[in-house]
Amino acid sequence: MEEVAVEALTEQEAAVYDRQIRVWGVEAQRRLSRAHVLVIGMSNVLTELCKNIVLAGIGSLTLMEDAPSVSTVMNTSFLIPVEQIESDKSFLTECAESLKDFNPMVHVTVEKGSLEEKPDDFLNNFDVVVVGRSLLKYRMHVNSLCRKRGPKIAFLSVDCRGPLGEIFIDLQTHTYVLKAKENVPHSLQNLVYCSLEEAIAARWDRLPKKTTKLFYAMRIMEDFEQSNSRLPGQVTLDDLASVLDTRKRLCESQGMPETLVPDKLLHRLLYAEAREHPPVCAILGGILGQELLKVLSGKGEPLKNFFFFDPMDGKGITEEIPRPDDTPIIMQSAEIEI
Amino acid sequence: MATPEELAVIEKAKVLMVGAGGIGCELLKTLALTGFKDIHLIDLDTIEVSNLNRQFLFRKQHVGQSKAKVARDAVLKFKPDIKIEAHHANVKNSDFDVEFFKQFNVVLNGLDNVDARRHVNRLCLAAGVPLVESGSTGYLGQVTVHVKDQTECYECQTKELPKTYPVCTITNTPSKPVHCIVWAKDLLFARLFGDRNQSSDLIVHTNDRTSSAATADTDFFNIKDGETPESYACRVFDGVFGDNIEVALRNEETWKSRKRPRPLYICEVYSDAKKPRIDGSCNSPDGNDKHTASAARILGLSNPQEVWTVRDSANVFLKALELLLNTRQKDIGSLVFDKDDQLAMEFVTAAANLRSSCFDIPMQSLFEAKGIAGNIVHAIATTNAIISGLIVLEAIKLLMGNLDDCRTTYCLEYPRRKMLLMPAELSAPKSSCYVCSQSTLLLEVNTTMTRLREVVEKIVRGQLSVNSPMISQGPCLIYETGDDLEEDMVTQYNQNLEKFLDSLPAPIVDGSILSIEDFQQEFTCHLQIKHREIFDEEKEPDNMVLSGKLSTTRDQALPGSVQLTAVADNVSIHAVDDDDEVILIDEVAKQDLKRKVLDEESVIVCGKRQRTEVS
Repeated sequence: MEEVAVEALTEQEAAVYDRQIRVWGVEAQRRLSRAHVLVIGMSNVLTELCKNIVLAGIGSLTLMEDAPSVSTVMNTSFLIPVEQIESDKSFLTECAESLKDFNPMVHVTVEKGSLEEKPDDFLNNFDVVVVGRSLLKYRMHVNSLCRKRGPKIAFLSVDCRGPLGEIFIDLQTHTYVLKAKENVPHSLQNLVYCSLEEAIAARWDRLPKKTTKLFYAMRIMEDFEQSNSRLPGQVTLDDLASVLDTRKRLCESQGMPETLVPDKLLHRLLYAEAREHPPVCAILGGILGQELLKVLSGKGEPLKNFFFFDPMDGKGITEEIPRPDDTPIIMQSAEIEI
Repeated sequence: MATPEELAVIEKAKVLMVGAGGIGCELLKTLALTGFKDIHLIDLDTIEVSNLNRQFLFRKQHVGQSKAKVARDAVLKFKPDIKIEAHHANVKNSDFDVEFFKQFNVVLNGLDNVDARRHVNRLCLAAGVPLVESGSTGYLGQVTVHVKDQTECYECQTKELPKTYPVCTITNTPSKPVHCIVWAKDLLFARLFGDRNQSSDLIVHTNDRTSSAATADTDFFNIKDGETPESYACRVFDGVFGDNIEVALRNEETWKSRKRPRPLYICEVYSDAKKPRIDGSCNSPDGNDKHTASAARILGLSNPQEVWTVRDSANVFLKALELLLNTRQKDIGSLVFDKDDQLAMEFVTAAANLRSSCFDIPMQSLFEAKGIAGNIVHAIATTNAIISGLIVLEAIKLLMGNLDDCRTTYCLEYPRRKMLLMPAELSAPKSSCYVCSQSTLLLEVNTTMTRLREVVEKIVRGQLSVNSPMISQGPCLIYETGDDLEEDMVTQYNQNLEKFLDSLPAPIVDGSILSIEDFQQEFTCHLQIKHREIFDEEKEPDNMVLSGKLSTTRDQALPGSVQLTAVADNVSIHAVDDDDEVILIDEVAKQDLKRKVLDEESVIVCGKRQRTEVS
């Protein structure tokens, strides 16, 4: 982790950020103010995320058009006043202006063009890249670009399908201070993550039995959309029979019974189509924002490496899906003196 | 997206939100996006700069305006087709009576204090309206549901009240930074700048009647004729940090088991140098502005995170005292400490640090001292966003009539059993609850030495959160409040307040049973009196002990064993004076959680949720 000199915050920063500095300290706040975040795409859940990290005081936020592979219904956004919806400014420009207004100390800009048109070192401008709902292929592509451009670019993705949500995190390598607990002193934890491609290559019959059903259900949806040339979210209940076929095929090839993923769960995912349930967006945007702040500040233990939420049972579950070779995410830890 | 059935009830629902702060802003936004169309919003607060990091509906230009109204206007900009009624008022206002509450399908709390939560709880019970309760601090949060006769009410669980400290710890034997900060703001600051008739004289306690501290002299804190603010400041310094400590040291008994404090005089602090002379500060353009005048800045101590040296603290103490005297002449005698008053906060920090140095207690930075003095709650936007989502999910279940699906959800900092959001089953109403089950409370009190006023203020209003009490014993009315009282009754009640309990017209003695009622809250409870002569000043500083469940059968707890001020079990939502609030999950609570959290295996197994309890 980069050493950051503890310098005094400006009076304005100290006044506005007072309550959160009491949570994570001045040094973490300094780190946040130097962090650059790229968000690709825009959706209700990404809106929630952007709001949270702009309020927290990151250095800059760059918004970018998503890949041409998304289907989302932005029925409403709290970022754009109704009278401006018809204006000739682009949607992202409207979002950026509104976000700037939330916290003038954060630099919010819109980057024109798609990732494909950018020079190779474009991603080097960022500490974190967040991708919303998009084709699995695209997410894996951005994830691998982050990995190629250096060991410090974190990749996060989020999708809210109706009331169901999934977050994925690849920090490559991440070091953080684990707070002392009873009899255990402070220690420096070094995490080594796997890529999205590696995580979803793990064989299902080798994953822990208690792995949430939603993990498998999301993989079935991805597979269905990809093999039927659908945009993510571009599905309806009419597709149920084909999706059940996809489940059969995947479960068989992964050595698992079909009962692994209940019909009802796939039914709910299809019923959602491209919509997002606003209360769940608030929850996912909050969790993702929190993780991003942990990553940027080097304070607190980040997620390893999936998070799922289903309001049906109300659980917000973290899952650690390892590489196909079962390498666990925690690699080393060392005691340190503070 | 809600299902069509859900959307149908959402669009018809009329909801009341209490609080438009950290949770409130997020909640109003989430309700509007979810499709709620008829929302009432109550908040008495105005917007402050320190709200802006998380209360995203507010901007810098809104500082000082009503939270409820600005929040409403902000949400209507992106959702103009819905109805939001904003009330810039205290929820305890009599306009918000049972009839008012009855018009809502559900009440959603985003409050910051136990007192208001209790009030809303009682009104919801009286009106028969379900309540979704919430709280957050830092990364921790909690959302739960209260439904009359079906679940625990908010007051079935005892709540930890704000910590109070015994006077003698503060005046004589401080051992923690907080003791010195409380001394500096509640005793010294109040004595110097506040209403002297109200403030305590207990700058120092001494058993040695022949010698008393210089500061015990009633004139000590008055400026003498011809005394400059500077020399006055030096005299106060030597009095409170020097002479007072000398006097305290004479109580040999006190120091047998404690480290002896060391007196500190001006001449020691500046033994090797002169006091800094700083002029012209009072003439700066903003020198009179309550929020910008600063002694620390003049002295070049601009980093609020830095812990001052003893010399720095002495400099700030003298300079801040001088500035307060020069710039607040009008207010001297009526100043009330406010953590956001920069100069007052600097003075309190400096005074607390000087006292800490005498008692060998670690000194604090201005930032830390402000947190302690203002009882500031740690608050971040993300937790409040998560909480708002959870509140709306519970509200939808209630509106759909699915109380069985409702849960208490804990938002955790680190996963426990893989969960960051952990649901638990709701509990049934507690038969021992004095609010929803009207069980009798026990009050241990010295009936010959305690005035009715103390019982009304500390117990009835303070601990039981009764807003407008009516107190009676059998057929005799002892005390009552309200606008429509006859003048002679008001006189009678005021006289009663000053009487000892056993000398009231209807004497309150051992075994008496008092009825306490609040018409607005439609609340009644019964208080059984137990006479007790002696109280422990350290542990029972009120000289009264209120206890929960009254023993009626042998297998129940003994009277006095369940103190309302202690965390008895489960989770407590703690009182604070800022926007968001504290949840403490203590050891007992964790055990309780283990018992209540749904079994991992009960996740959708065959398309249908099964509810299994871990035994």
